[in-house]
Formats: sequence, structure tokens, C-alpha cells
Amino acid sequence: MTNVNSYSKKVLEHFRNPHNYGKIKNPSATGEVGNIICGDVMYLYIKVSKDKKNREIIQDIKFETYGCAAAIATSSAVTDLVKGKTLEKALKINKDDVIKTLQGLPSIKIHCSLLAVDALSEAIYDFFIKEKREIPKTLEEIHERNKKERDFVEEKHGDWIKTQKQKINEK
Amino acid sequence: MTRNVYLDYASTTPVDPRVLKTMLPYFSKKFGNTMSFHKIGAEANDAVEKAREIIAESINAKPEEIIFTSSATEANNLAIKSVALANKSKGKHVIISAIEHDSVLNSAMWLKTHGFEITELPVDKNGFVKIADLEKVIRKDTILVSIIHANNEIGTIQNLKLLGAICKKHNIFFHTDASQSFTKIPIDVAKENIDLFTASSHKIYGPKGAGFLYLNSGIPITPLLHGGGHEKNLRSSTLNVPAIIGFAKAVEINLKNLKTENEKVIKLRDKLITGILKKIPNTKLNGDPKKRLANNANITFSFIEGESLLLELNNYGIYVSTGSACSSPSLAPSHVLMALGKNAEDAHGSIRFSLGRWTTEEEINYVLKVLPEIVERLRKFSPFKK
Repeated sequence: MTNVNSYSKKVLEHFRNPHNYGKIKNPSATGEVGNIICGDVMYLYIKVSKDKKNREIIQDIKFETYGCAAAIATSSAVTDLVKGKTLEKALKINKDDVIKTLQGLPSIKIHCSLLAVDALSEAIYDFFIKEKREIPKTLEEIHERNKKERDFVEEKHGDWIKTQKQKINEK
Repeated sequence: MTRNVYLDYASTTPVDPRVLKTMLPYFSKKFGNTMSFHKIGAEANDAVEKAREIIAESINAKPEEIIFTSSATEANNLAIKSVALANKSKGKHVIISAIEHDSVLNSAMWLKTHGFEITELPVDKNGFVKIADLEKVIRKDTILVSIIHANNEIGTIQNLKLLGAICKKHNIFFHTDASQSFTKIPIDVAKENIDLFTASSHKIYGPKGAGFLYLNSGIPITPLLHGGGHEKNLRSSTLNVPAIIGFAKAVEINLKNLKTENEKVIKLRDKLITGILKKIPNTKLNGDPKKRLANNANITFSFIEGESLLLELNNYGIYVSTGSACSSPSLAPSHVLMALGKNAEDAHGSIRFSLGRWTTEEEINYVLKVLPEIVERLRKFSPFKK
């Protein structure tokens, strides 16, 4: 059972003042994870460019999240962790890094940190696909897992999700 | 200035000072066990029996038809499990509504694992069980129907009299969980064809730790708690005397002020509802606009999830709940809102404001002042915003 005392100071800070929220116009790629049935949906937008050493970096990153305080805080934290970092480094971020930045998460909210990392992986996956790059094996596995989860939820709540997507597209 | 605007009276209420004062002697001075033979025990017993009379009278029952319990959850467990088990030779089919409190719902689910069949009655978009639907699902082996009086999340009030009449016609026991409505809506168990009735003390300015089940004389029931034979051998456990005394006092106070208090609360509730719907776009009221609890305002704020709104309101010193406090640990959207046909986004994004005895107009004004900016800020993070 979570309550207002379950969250660390850091989570509350990120929740009250999230970093990098909103959309990026013409992003290089987007990562969409989560589902409305469970109450968390995360969109991550990334802009990839090259640094002086000609390495690909996440020049800009923004999020839009529907979810609880932890979902918003983990979204904010993950953008902080990877902004300005190389794609190679960004891919190494895991949920424990997010949890550490936030000085811990209530156990029932650990899935939010995973969701944030998955959103990042999906965004980078999307970038690689768009650039027609070879997909690293681990990234492919993460993508497959996300896809499986999405298919599972869609199978369970398919009709409802369809109408929901239409609604979002209409906006 | 730190604010403390408590708008969660449906979760629990503060004990009324008059109730507390009545209870105090029963902790250290009149502390007896009601089962004791001596003067100290007899004194406690007399006080409990007086409380029983007050409570029985409040619903037009006989004192011997009141079983004191530790909570409404326990009373609901008794009503569902104990009545079903004691009557299984007559049949093993139980009907509940889709919007029951977890204590009824999960008791019914437990029965399912013990060979009973459960039918969940759907409700319409405002939360009403249709009388015709009940008639349709009644079978020869139906032994019990349980339908919540006023729903804890959306406040919709069912027509017990009609539902009870159907049950009576078919010779089926009719239970209602009135945890949210007791002493707020007048009840006459005889006139409204109610066989079993659950109520709670801490929802009506009494202490936690007391509830009761009204059990129409002659209904067979198997006890859940076995022991020293308290409550006519139906519920063994040393009676929680101070809590029961406080419960009865709370009933007395509430019934005396029922009309004026309801009028006051309805006025404030309607101001809150109208204000929110007018000031904040993409909001809607859940439940029935008219036939709802005087103190309940359940509102969906589209594009944001309930918990983040709770946390932000908490930061402003406003204390409310998502649908039901009890459902907070689960990630699933409220079964009540889903039963109304809401989509998951709306179900996740709804907040229950519940007003009470000490809610002031100034507090409602404060909520109406800060809520629009809070909602606007949180919507900025959402992918679903317009």
C-alpha cells in the first residue's frame, strides 16, 4: 500500500518539477510504452545528433506521461540520465540507475522505473529502424518483450484500445 | 498557512466530541466484560444492551436482531458467507451487484471456491441495478441477494424497497451493505423488505472497531467466530464496549440532525460539483446527479491519473481519495467505475470528494480556487491532453 509517505524526497521533487516534459517537434524517434489499463502510458521523444567526436548523442529528450507520481518522476529522471549522453551510454541505463537517482521507489512502483527504461529502449530502437541500422541483440529482445506485453493487453482489451487510439489520433 | 481540508469522510470520519465524551468512562471506569456475572460486568452489559436498543430502533428492528461486529467488513462477511453456508441445503446460488464493496465481492468469491455459484448483476451508466435484471437472474436455487445501498465510490442510491420486494416474492434473503448510508438515509428494514443490513460506526462520526449486522429473526446463520458464545452464540468475542457505546451515541446525534445536516452538505456538494464542471474542461460527474449520497462527489478529470492528482492535492492540504481508499494498493482501475461502462482512462482519472459535518463553504471555495491550476499543470505532462 503506497501513501504520500512512501515516496522519497527526490521522487516528490521530480513529480513537482518534472524535467524535460512535453513534445519535440520533428523528433528523430519516439518510444511508446505502457497501457492505459494498468494506468501508465509513457511517450519519450528523442533528437539524435553528433558530437564533436562524431559520436551519436541524445541531444534532446522529452516525455509525456499519463500515470501516477512515480511514473512521472521516473520519466523525468530517465530524461536527466541520458540527455547529452551517447546512444551507446544511453542503452546501458537500467532500472536500478533510475531507482538510484530517485533515492528509491516503493516496491509496488518499481515497474514504473522499468517502464521508463523501456520507453528509452523503444525510442532508440525506433531510431535504429528509421536509420536502417542493425539492431543490437539485447535491444531486439527488449523490443520483443514490450511487443509481447502490448499484444497481450491488446488481445485482452482490444476493442477498447482501438477506440481509444482513434480518440487520440483525432486530437 | 498550512491548510487541512479533509474531504474524505467516506473513508472515515473524525469521532464527534460528544461521542468521545460518552465513550470515555467505558475504558477505565466501567471497563467490565459484558459476560461477567458481577456488578462491573453487568454495568457494561446494561450499557451495551441500551446501545443495542438505540441502534435497533434506528432501523425499526428488534434489539435481538442486532449482532455487533468489529467492522462493516466483518458484518458483510457474516451476511454473505455465514448465511450462504447455513442455507446451502436450500441452494447454492448467490446474487450480488457488480458494484459491491470488496468485503462483499471477495466474500462471494470465497463462496465460489466452496461450491457456490455467484451471479454479478450489471448496473446502468449511473450505477443502478435494474429490477428486471434481478428478476431475470433469480433461480430456484438462489438463496441470497446482496446489493449495496449507497455505493461507496459513486454514491448512487439503490431502490431497496423494490429490490427487497422481488427477493421476498421469491423467498430469497436480501442483504444490503449500508455502510455509507446508515443514519444519512432513513431506513425501515420491515418496510423495505430487508433481511440483512450492514452498518459501520467510523463512517458516521463514531469510533473505529464497531459495526453491526441486522439479521431478520429466523434466518439460519453459521458463526464465523467460535468461542465463548457472545451475541447469542453468533459472534464470539469480548464486546468492544466503548466502541459500541460510541456507535450508539453517534447514531442518536446523526438521526436528530439528519435533515439539517443533509441539507447543509448537499448545498456544499452541489457547489463543489457545479464549480468543478464549470471551471475545469474535460471533467464529468460519475454516478447519478440526483439519487446520490448527500456528501459524495465523484469526478473524472480526463488525461490525468488519479494518484498524481491525490498527491498534488495533498501538497495543497486537500485530502481526498481515488474511487475507494481500499482499492489503492491495486493497479487495476476501479471495478465500480468499469461497471458503469467507463473506459480505463476515465476510471483511473477519477477522484472522490466526500464531505461531512465539519466541511465549510470556505473550504469548498479554496478547493475551487486551487483545483483548476493543479489540473492544468498535471495535464501538461500527459500524452492524452487536447
